[in-house]
Amino acid sequence: MNRVADIIKILDARSYNIGKSEREIVGGYAGDFLSFVMGRAPSSCAWFTVMTNVNVCAVATLADVGVVVLCEGVEPSEQLLDKAKEHSVNLIGTDLDVFEAVKKYSEL
Amino acid sequence: MSDVIHLEFDVAGNNFVSAGTATNQVKDTLRNLGIPNQDVRRIAIAMYEAEINMVIHACGGKATADIYADKIEVVLEDHGKGIENIELAMQPGWSTASEDIRGLGFGAGMGLPNIKKYTDEFKIESEVGKGTKVYLRVNFS
Repeated sequence: MNRVADIIKILDARSYNIGKSEREIVGGYAGDFLSFVMGRAPSSCAWFTVMTNVNVCAVATLADVGVVVLCEGVEPSEQLLDKAKEHSVNLIGTDLDVFEAVKKYSEL
Repeated sequence: MSDVIHLEFDVAGNNFVSAGTATNQVKDTLRNLGIPNQDVRRIAIAMYEAEINMVIHACGGKATADIYADKIEVVLEDHGKGIENIELAMQPGWSTASEDIRGLGFGAGMGLPNIKKYTDEFKIESEVGKGTKVYLRVNFS
């Protein structure tokens, strides 16, 4: 059973917002087109993306994503950060690229 | 059967910060009613796709949600430019979104296919130059 803290540790990630620390994270999805994410990402998953705009929060909330993992060292926009706090969305960031981040995550 | 809850929303056009507000309120209402998570997720995704379409393509519009004991019906209506060829628009990957919109992560051509995937009924009526009306229904499990 993985929690956000486990993922932060293995990805050496920064935590931008931990809205639900006890949430169980299951499975994953990697991608940036938001409709693909909504069409394919499973509920409670870790979503790996380089998208940083405010719509990321809407998609994460509506698709019931467990944690958003911003990759490649990108930082959330101010609007995204505000919305993540407002909606208690787990939002973390890593310097790893998407491929490396997913590889590490799969070791958990 | 009488309505349990009727909700109405104005959706602002070209505003990506407020986009999703109507959907979020519907989602929160359903959660508070104890509707199963998977059903909430299905209508939330379908409605958000439709709401985003109004924001991107139609300068906004109106949305209503009627929540019954066993289902939710959502209608989104705009007075935008309309859809020329609905059959084409339904094809996965087909999009008329600009590069700017694609830069925001939209315009993958998966919006309408997603709506179809997640709803139990999806109807779309559109007239070029007049607008578009979308009906969504999700039955509760």
